[in-house]
Amino acid sequence: MIEFTFWDIVRNLLLAARWTVLLSLAAFVGGGVVGMVVLFFRIAKNKWSRRLASGYIALFQGTPLLMQLFLMFFGLPMLGLRIEPWTAAVLGLTFFASAYLAEIWRSGVDALPRGQWDAGASLGLHYLQELRLIILPQAFSITRAPTVGFLVQLIKSTALTSIIGFEELVRTSNAINNATFEPFKVYGLVALIFFIMCFPLTQYARTLERRAAAH
Amino acid sequence: MAFAWLPGAASDIARGAVTTILLIAVTTLAGTFLSILGAAGRRNGPVLLKRAIAWYVEVIRNTPFLVQLFFIFFGLPSLGIRLDPVLAAILAMTLNMAAYTIEIVGAGLDAVPGGQTEAALALGLRSRQVFIKIVLPQALKVIFPALTSQIVIMMLESAVVSQIAVRELTYEADMLQARTFRSFETYLVVTMVYLALSMALRRLLVTGGRRVLGAGVS
Repeated sequence: MIEFTFWDIVRNLLLAARWTVLLSLAAFVGGGVVGMVVLFFRIAKNKWSRRLASGYIALFQGTPLLMQLFLMFFGLPMLGLRIEPWTAAVLGLTFFASAYLAEIWRSGVDALPRGQWDAGASLGLHYLQELRLIILPQAFSITRAPTVGFLVQLIKSTALTSIIGFEELVRTSNAINNATFEPFKVYGLVALIFFIMCFPLTQYARTLERRAAAH
Repeated sequence: MAFAWLPGAASDIARGAVTTILLIAVTTLAGTFLSILGAAGRRNGPVLLKRAIAWYVEVIRNTPFLVQLFFIFFGLPSLGIRLDPVLAAILAMTLNMAAYTIEIVGAGLDAVPGGQTEAALALGLRSRQVFIKIVLPQALKVIFPALTSQIVIMMLESAVVSQIAVRELTYEADMLQARTFRSFETYLVVTMVYLALSMALRRLLVTGGRRVLGAGVS
């Protein structure tokens, strides 16, 4: 049997944590891009487009992320795509994030006074120009705190990709635990690493919130 | 896609769904109770207790539920605390939910005007009576929508406890797909069951909240 020292465990966990970070970033960026598209549908003038986007958001917010990941993992091969855990993880978390981010940003758009749209229109701006120059910058700015808060949720959610076989922090810790039989130490360390990643972001979100409340 | 396996699997799926419902029902009761104690302790308790509650909230909120579950189920036995999967799941879910609902309940307590407490004390109620009969009902009324969302989120997160072999909805799905080799279809059906459960749970809580607390929940 291979002997694992404490530092072997820590080193292996930290190496695996790189994948957690990478996956979180990829899903956040991907979710942001897809979330923008969903947002466009969600705030469009067309009633059916709004309903479609609402349905999309309700679907992702009303089902477990684990099921969404399973459907990606088993569904994409049915379309003839060869799929690795990494692809299923990124795609699953991207769609998951897009629904939440679209809903967060939509709340920002809704919070803006009607006059902002009217002012844009009176300046002769086109709908897309209004969005780009007036509405979206303000909507993003007032929803910065919940957006950062969601990033924390997303980082924690990457733990679920261990179940579909992606080698991130939790899956690696399962393997280490099976070799060392020291679950208390191993899972304690994993929790600590997640805490170190998430806590500063949580504090940052809180600062943003306080600053927004002061205005 | 093929669904010929579905009629034979309906009873398994139903059994799993019932377990999921039981898990979330127990968690809701225990979690809400714990978070009322926690929120009250955070406001009126001794300094050490306040600090301990604050740390508990931060630790739970900044680590994944799956890791908390593994820590409780696999880690605690090395301290001599051995729990069976269902108990470990309920403990993990309750501790997780309470960390979120402590903040929610706390916000509700802060929202009740101080005059309510003063008026109740002036009427000769003891401070415990003031809290239980005057402040708490009003606080719960304010926070009911947020509490409802948190309960639904916890129900969806409970899918994870299949990983420690609790025979709930996701666990039944895992077993089914291994038997039918229809993974996608199985998870699709079970996902729809979760969707129906989360919509029904929300509806139930909203209606129940309106009736019991008179909360204006939409």
